[in-house]
Amino acid sequence: MNLFSAIGDFSSFFFRSVFISWHLKTARHRILNQVYEVGIGSLPIILIIAAFVGLVSIVQTSYQIAGTMPRFILGATVGRMVMIELGPILTALMVSGRCASSMAAEIGTMRVTEQIDALETMAIDPYRFLSLPRIMGTFIALPVLTVIAEFDSLLVSGAYAHFFLDVPFGVFNYGLTHFFYAKEFFGGLVKALFFSVVIATSGCYFGFKVRGGAREVGRAATYAVVTASVLVLMLDFLVALVIFG
Amino acid sequence: MIEVKNLSKRFGPLIVLDRVSFCINDASLVVVLGPSGTGKSVLLKAMLGLLPVDNGEALFDGKSIQSATDEEIYEIRKQVGFVFQGTALFDSMNVADNIALPLTEHTAMPSKEIRERVCCLLDIVGMAGRAHLYPQSLSGGMKRLVAVARALALDPKYLFYDEPTTALDPIMTDKVVGVMNNLKKSHTSSGIVVTHDLDTAKAVGDEIYMLKKGCINKLAKIKKELYD
Ligand SMILES: Nc1ncnc2c1ncn2[C@@H]1O[C@H](COP(=O)(O)OP(=O)(O)OP(=O)(O)O)[C@@H](O)[C@H]1O
Ligand SMILES: [Mg+2]
Repeated sequence: MNLFSAIGDFSSFFFRSVFISWHLKTARHRILNQVYEVGIGSLPIILIIAAFVGLVSIVQTSYQIAGTMPRFILGATVGRMVMIELGPILTALMVSGRCASSMAAEIGTMRVTEQIDALETMAIDPYRFLSLPRIMGTFIALPVLTVIAEFDSLLVSGAYAHFFLDVPFGVFNYGLTHFFYAKEFFGGLVKALFFSVVIATSGCYFGFKVRGGAREVGRAATYAVVTASVLVLMLDFLVALVIFG
Repeated sequence: MIEVKNLSKRFGPLIVLDRVSFCINDASLVVVLGPSGTGKSVLLKAMLGLLPVDNGEALFDGKSIQSATDEEIYEIRKQVGFVFQGTALFDSMNVADNIALPLTEHTAMPSKEIRERVCCLLDIVGMAGRAHLYPQSLSGGMKRLVAVARALALDPKYLFYDEPTTALDPIMTDKVVGVMNNLKKSHTSSGIVVTHDLDTAKAVGDEIYMLKKGCINKLAKIKKELYD
């Protein structure tokens, strides 16, 4: 399969999964399930990662500006770094690793054990039943996770600045709020929305494509994570060009 | 009535079905016998449009599934209950939810009624009281019975059984055959059973066909021909 037909196949899979008639009443439960899986399930690891991202950012920034700039710049720089780039991208990469692989493995296993055929024989559209809730669930959960991750990062970096760098909360906060641009914050969230689509679509796409057995299921999980991560970074660049370029 | 006309299917050089034609009349159970690997499962899947075929068609009450639109296919499939060879139970759901799924998806039944229907179906297959178990904790035979119950959920007009008794002990086999025969008496539905088990074929079949090397033949005198 060449690159173009792969891209075509991937996008037609996405449209086939999303632009489909469905009823909120029957789908709601499954969508909420996925919001829970992706959102609550990823929360602990996201909180830990985000805290360290905050710590690394504050340490690096303070090292780079040491003695050359006023201290409130710390809040401004770390805030913008986290909101524009680090928050959305690291959350998305983390969720790719955790959820795209598990979606591919779960759907792939359903494929090899004929559970997807069983759905078909029951006249239940497997795209509506399996991919739609995963895509919608991730679409809802990822931006929320991103905001939580950003908040967590900023809180931890502010605390570090206060206790270890002699930069009081007030000063850090002054830099953070004074240089806060809504465009940057919402630009980050727009990225998260795009990321959520490619993460869930990769997971489901490679799951549906499985033919064979356990080995292919394992491979599908790997392909899903790799594809999701690469697409996340490519989209990051494209959205950055459009919004900030 | 289901008519299968000239159904052909090959995987690369391997011809699995070669112009297979037969007919399932209303209120009769057709058995297709054949050794392992002849294409019995492929035949059932091709009939329901789960596998693309190279040629031919399966007509459900005159409607060809191979030339139908997606919606029409789903309408036809709602009339069919399929018991898979590997049972294909949803392993993330318990027995009750497995059986209830077609009901919640295709009917507007309130959940209380669905629960009653599930209990009734489990009763029919002799699995009452196991509703809360997950497929992982069921034996092969029990899974088979749950799969039958799930296939019955929408009161289908046609039942497709893929190897319903293979790899079961004699007692479990008797139980499954008993359930199938009871269903035949109480339901006016018709169906197809594919198996390589002669005893099951004789116990449940109204008509018996033999699938061999891609070709299908009707057996006239069941006993004599089978043992030849
Ligand atoms: N997806 C596939 N790709 C390639 N070959 C296949 C595929 N599915 C089935 N076959 C081949 O088709 C033939 C028939 O397979 P099928 O599963 O229908 O056998 P069967 O009669 O149901 O056997 P059993 O009694 O063991 O279940 C086999 O030789 C198998 O190798
Ligand atoms: Mg088979």
